[in-house]
Amino acid sequence: MTTVELRRLLSQPWVLGLFGILGVLIVWFLSTASGAVDKLFLPSPLAVWQAGQTQWSRGILVKDALASIQRVFLGFALSAGVALPLGIAMGTNAVICRLLEPLIGLIRYMPAPAFIPLLIIYFGLEELPKVLLIFIGTVFFNTLMIMDAVKFVPRELVETALTLGGKGFPILTRVVAPFIAPQVLDTYRINMASAWNLVIVAELVAATEGLGKRISLAQRFLHTDEIFVGLIVIGLIGLVIDLGFRFLMRRACSWAN
Amino acid sequence: MHLQVSSVCKSFGHGKARKLVLDHVSFDLHSGDFLALVGPSGSGKSTVMRLIAGLDHPSSGSICLDGQPVLGPGSDRGMVFQKYSLYPWLTAAQNVAFGMELQGRSRSEVRERTGYFLEVVGLADAARRLPRELSGGMQQRVAIARALAADPKLLLLDEPFGALDIQIRESMQEFLHQLWQRTGLTALLITHDLEEALLLANRVHILAPNPGRIVRSVAVTLDRTAMADVRLSAEFLAMREDLARGLRALEPALPS
Repeated sequence: MTTVELRRLLSQPWVLGLFGILGVLIVWFLSTASGAVDKLFLPSPLAVWQAGQTQWSRGILVKDALASIQRVFLGFALSAGVALPLGIAMGTNAVICRLLEPLIGLIRYMPAPAFIPLLIIYFGLEELPKVLLIFIGTVFFNTLMIMDAVKFVPRELVETALTLGGKGFPILTRVVAPFIAPQVLDTYRINMASAWNLVIVAELVAATEGLGKRISLAQRFLHTDEIFVGLIVIGLIGLVIDLGFRFLMRRACSWAN
Repeated sequence: MHLQVSSVCKSFGHGKARKLVLDHVSFDLHSGDFLALVGPSGSGKSTVMRLIAGLDHPSSGSICLDGQPVLGPGSDRGMVFQKYSLYPWLTAAQNVAFGMELQGRSRSEVRERTGYFLEVVGLADAARRLPRELSGGMQQRVAIARALAADPKLLLLDEPFGALDIQIRESMQEFLHQLWQRTGLTALLITHDLEEALLLANRVHILAPNPGRIVRSVAVTLDRTAMADVRLSAEFLAMREDLARGLRALEPALPS
């Protein structure tokens, strides 16, 4: 390989990132292989791989992942669905905004996990409280960020539509909605990360399956390799979702790039 | 078409912060007219335009279009803003079609008129390009085509070339003049550029600031067959100098 080819390869955006990941893996491998760190605290990459394979072949991994993904998607879909009309209403209507913004601003700073005891008291230990936790933990952020996006719609764009004979709802669907679409997708992408945090917290407290539940079980038996499996799988799923949103954004909102 | 602006006053704010922006502004505009309002910043010329467009309401006085009071915005008064008014997610053609679609015109009519008006502004080749792929001058031509396609009785131009480079501005002025001659549109132009007003309009009102009021009106009867020569004609230069002196007198004197 010539130096030119090498330089071109290195200029690919993902190449350096790959090196970063590889670097960590190598340091991880060396520190466990040398015996410098207790296996109990830091299992070797191989041990983690094997633990993952065991979970995979027993079907636990897929079942756990699906359980967590389902909670995240239900909770987040609910949150996204409520936040979109609410955020647009707050962004376009000063009265609604003044009515709700202080309230939402206040609730937003209440840590969502602190709602877990209440949710358990109200809704028991089934799926509903976990889904609602994700809803509570993301809906206010989603709403306020969408509201901000709406407030940044340039006045000229709306007024142009008015002078072209547009009014009311068509302006919302044909001017406001397309303009905020990229920011809404980005809002969802960012807050999806909180949803993943929350599902793990919810499962640590009470669940029969799920990636968070698996981690808390592994802790009880000091199976650090299984904890690592859980962490890595959570990270990978999160990454895939993030890339999915970016892909969607590039496809659907190419004008904004 | 007859636009009648009678004794319009506009003030903003309340109580002590209340500020009179327009003081008894009156003028008329008839079909085929090209009227320019010229004034320094603070003369309320953009406010006049917003009131006529129906985006704001006068504090007193009245604005009537063909005898009907203006109560809100409508497609009979098309507007071209200084900038940022194309929809960035729509192509040039889709932008032109936008107003007609809002009006509920049939699909075939929208397609036909879109093609026609893109042709009129000389952008048939750019139909499928996004605004960000167009130069500033091309963007304003799309905005003008969009306004015209909605078939307004009156075209309101709010410093349409104010954000453009000087060379492009000159070619756009020529373009607009030809458009006016060809289509017989009725236009109201807001500008702080006296030269632009004299080149394009057949009547110019000079606005004085604080509060905004019309202090002088002139009819412009220049021979514009060769636009490039008009700028250099003795008549044009004399008129410009005369009005510019009047405008300068409105500015607070500089300490010498």
